[in-house]
Amino acid sequence: MRASSADRIFDTVVYSIVILVTVVTLYPFLNVLALSLNDSTDSVRGGISIFPRQLTWQNYEIIFSYPSLLTGFKISVLRTLVGTLLGLASASMLAYTLSRPDFQGRRFVSIFLAMTMYVSGGMVPIYILIRDLGMMNSFAVYVLPGLVSAFNVFVIRSFIDGLPYALQESAKLDGANDFTIFWQVILPLSKPALATIALFLAVGQWNSWFDTYLYNGSNETLTTLQFELMKVLQSTDSGNGDYRSTNMTQVSPESVKMAITIVVTVPILVVYPFLQRYFVKGMTLGAVKT
Amino acid sequence: MNAVTAKQRNNLKQGRSSQFWRGVMRNKYLYLMSLPFVIWTFVFHYLPLWGWTMAFQRYRPNRPFWEQEWVGLDHFMTLFSDDMFYLVLRNTLAMSFMGLIAGFTIPILFAIMVNEIRGMVFKRFAQTVSYLPHFVSWVVVAGIISKMLSTDNGAVNELLMWLGIIKEPVQFMAKGEWFWGIVTAADVWKETGWNAIIYLAAISGIGPELYEAAKVDGASRLRQIWHITLPGIRTTIIILLIMSIGHLISIGFEKQFLLGNNLVSDYSQVLDLYALNYGISMGRFSFGTAINMFNSIVSLFLLFTANGIFKRLTKESIM
Repeated sequence: MRASSADRIFDTVVYSIVILVTVVTLYPFLNVLALSLNDSTDSVRGGISIFPRQLTWQNYEIIFSYPSLLTGFKISVLRTLVGTLLGLASASMLAYTLSRPDFQGRRFVSIFLAMTMYVSGGMVPIYILIRDLGMMNSFAVYVLPGLVSAFNVFVIRSFIDGLPYALQESAKLDGANDFTIFWQVILPLSKPALATIALFLAVGQWNSWFDTYLYNGSNETLTTLQFELMKVLQSTDSGNGDYRSTNMTQVSPESVKMAITIVVTVPILVVYPFLQRYFVKGMTLGAVKT
Repeated sequence: MNAVTAKQRNNLKQGRSSQFWRGVMRNKYLYLMSLPFVIWTFVFHYLPLWGWTMAFQRYRPNRPFWEQEWVGLDHFMTLFSDDMFYLVLRNTLAMSFMGLIAGFTIPILFAIMVNEIRGMVFKRFAQTVSYLPHFVSWVVVAGIISKMLSTDNGAVNELLMWLGIIKEPVQFMAKGEWFWGIVTAADVWKETGWNAIIYLAAISGIGPELYEAAKVDGASRLRQIWHITLPGIRTTIIILLIMSIGHLISIGFEKQFLLGNNLVSDYSQVLDLYALNYGISMGRFSFGTAINMFNSIVSLFLLFTANGIFKRLTKESIM
């Protein structure tokens, strides 16, 4: 009897804390959503929690009339697609070669890659390199410097290592070459690992803003959504050059900030819950020693 | 006799090298699939290390390497005698240690608590929600944090006033002494759920028979956590601790860049921001490289030290 009452206290404490954590995590998002859907002048009065008081689409209509935001949206979508595809192709190919016990370069390539996880040249030498390669003011700077990530390669490699090797051998007996084996046998079987890495790559691409700031900050045609949001958030309410349009008389900068935040966040929100079982597995694979 | 051996040796050598090339030909697709990325890795990860030579030059852009002027350790002397450097180092270390302690312990506690929840639907819901902030960019998180802490209708100020803890709104974002705490809290808010994944996976790997046996012995839930769960995830805890010590001073700069402002810059400047502001923005590339080099070398030293200490104490290591 005593044990069960102790258990009840234990359960109450655990449930309360986890519920509190859930509320603290969700509330800010719901608050921002409510503010983005609420009439701008009404929001200034305060008191909005998770429901809008005067529902309106006005804030969204206004932000979608900003040309730089539309360009940013296009570039962000493009870099997410291109960056994810290129990153998946390169990481899976490298991972496959590293999983082949008969590949002579295996050990060297593993160590060569693993080193990059522990030591980095740093921001300034990389900046100079990008400049010397003529990649300033280019779309390439969004996808090329981050093409291969050692972590992603090792996650896919551990997954491929878990596949039965006999499959490859029988394909080989049928006369398939290594690329065909990779393309037709390994890739279709590696979908769970690839889904995880695709999610990591896509989220990384979608969320990047610093490469735009550093390399393409002055090029309006290559701006990204996150960079535009960063500019809006960092600007003080009065001195906001880019977003002080004629429409500003109708909505406050606060409402604009909230609406852009939602636009930037929603694509991720609709994707990640469905990939949950994959990335949980992927994170566990990545935790093995290299 | 000698001639014969030399010839044999020669044959053997030729045999070996032709064997090597035969192997390469046999695996030509594997080479084609990895070589381009090895070259890529060399260019984007190893060439920047060669770029460290800039720290010993008075580097001028658009000039070949051999025409650069060498200045030895001048930039390091300037760095180590700059008062700003010590301020930046203090901020970096303060935020690293706060981040290490909070970011290391809280996910373990959270994973253990989530694991103790019996209702599967609520457990899944809590986990899904807890991953959410990880997927959102720092730009968005910084925006959300500023909004929550703002003096006009910010949730935190309203809650504190409603509870009667404060009389009027506190300007959290404008006070330097709050900055380290805000950055640490933001990090905990964003990453706790995500970092708990590995611990939850490790906990699910513990055999249920251990818990059954403990129950038979009448061990309370807390005792089960202490004697079964925690020892069961010991290896995971140590490996992740070594990794976080290795990344101790490479805490990045995104949070500091996005959450900081002129009012709190004495508390928000970290090594990477220092390199960005004094190296790239001012065009002092050599000086910036010296800052980056200092950062990388200290990180590597910390990683090896942590690895060595834990290897000795606990027989666990990452290398």
